[in-house]
Amino acid sequence: MKREVPLLLTAGIGLFMILSFFVPHHFISVPADFLQNCAIIVVACGYVLGGANVLRVNLDSISKREAGWGYKVVLVVSLVVTIAIGIIDGIHGHGSFPGEGTHSKWIYDNLYTSMSGTMFALLAFFIASAAFRAFRIRTVEAGMLAVAALIVMLGRVPVGDVMTGWLPEPLRLGTLQQWVMDNPQSSAKRAILIGAALGVMATGLRVILGIERSYLGGED
Amino acid sequence: MAFGDWLVRLDRRWIFLTMGLLVLGPLIFPLSLPLHVTPPVQAFVDAVDKVPNGSTVLMSCDYDPASIPEMVPMTRTAFRHLLSKDCKVVVTVLWFGGPGLVDSVLTEVSREFPTKAYGRDWVNLGYKAGNEAVMVALGQGIVNVFPRDYRGNESNALPVMQHVRDYSSFPLLVNISAGYPGTKEWVQQVQGRFHLPMVAGVTAVSAPEYYPYLQSGQLRGLLGGMAGAAEYELSRHEKGSASRGMDAQSLGHVLVALCIVLGNVIAFGQRRRSR
Repeated sequence: MKREVPLLLTAGIGLFMILSFFVPHHFISVPADFLQNCAIIVVACGYVLGGANVLRVNLDSISKREAGWGYKVVLVVSLVVTIAIGIIDGIHGHGSFPGEGTHSKWIYDNLYTSMSGTMFALLAFFIASAAFRAFRIRTVEAGMLAVAALIVMLGRVPVGDVMTGWLPEPLRLGTLQQWVMDNPQSSAKRAILIGAALGVMATGLRVILGIERSYLGGED
Repeated sequence: MAFGDWLVRLDRRWIFLTMGLLVLGPLIFPLSLPLHVTPPVQAFVDAVDKVPNGSTVLMSCDYDPASIPEMVPMTRTAFRHLLSKDCKVVVTVLWFGGPGLVDSVLTEVSREFPTKAYGRDWVNLGYKAGNEAVMVALGQGIVNVFPRDYRGNESNALPVMQHVRDYSSFPLLVNISAGYPGTKEWVQQVQGRFHLPMVAGVTAVSAPEYYPYLQSGQLRGLLGGMAGAAEYELSRHEKGSASRGMDAQSLGHVLVALCIVLGNVIAFGQRRRSR
């Protein structure tokens, strides 16, 4: 029963949700809406579970003095302090959001925003370094990839047209990159999208029919 | 090959320094490289222009602070574009790190329109967890999913929400997205199911993914990265942060292209010598 009940529930709800896509009658749509709302609640609870799990895993590492435990202390302290400040802001009547002038908004603007931006900005430096050391053309395919990459990279920005402004319009980098994006790129992407969609449908059917059972705990 | 050997042994911090200078330089001393509006961006502008003046538009800003340079200029220009058409704007956010940033950006832009008021002309409904489930649930009723706005007001009590029921209340969805959940999910869950016309602004790295949707007409227009945002600003005769950033991005791209070419010339030389 431990396996049959979840399998039956999955199959029943899966089929019901597919049916709701095609049948707008309230006999179907009302329970389908209820299930959608349940999904939203489950996802929201997932964040709480995720937070608790981060605490558990990191506190465990800190207590065992594992490598890099000092960073984990910073993480746990930041997590607890941010949550505590958010709760205090809420209790003091600042509403259900980090409004202007609250400590939560200060943390968001001055710590979260700047640190997120910094992490993303570092990409530019590592991409340049990786392009110099790792992007090696050893095959014809890699050569085609490099040519396409150079055309799109330079054609997407104004400097591309400045560099090739003396050429006829169809040969300018801006025009060439638009052709690459519209034709070979889109064709390949469309094929990947269709393939992925068919894969998702096949996986969905396997789950509904009970063939795919790994979500029950990793067993086949 | 002495120069080649020197390049092979080059400390990568020199590359970092060069990149830093090339990005910083044009931000301080702009080069004013010429821009032109590409067809996907023009299609975006046309789609927004076609929205009847005074109608209510849904705008979903699905990003967080990591994507500020690309997403915020798009959000600013799109929001300004809609307010200038007297459209009412209902904003949602599906990324938990986004609502504070989005609220700041929208508030800043709305100050340029002294006659526009929060709650009457625009509303930020804030964040809701659930990704695709939220998108589908919005189709059954916007207020059901967002009973309160980001500022804690009852959504039902806001004048801007008086005529908003579900997706059928909107002539257009403007999605500014940095990844998942974002444009792909809006197309699959909302455009395909509820036939809501939509346009999208996405990060440069993800833009190629959406060209098939653009060609199929599921997306009416597309802004790709900071270049797309800069072209949008150009088409609206604005000089925003994306336009200012294009010179820096141009030189950054040139350096990466040079690194690819130079790295391969050196590797080719080494392979020939080893033979």
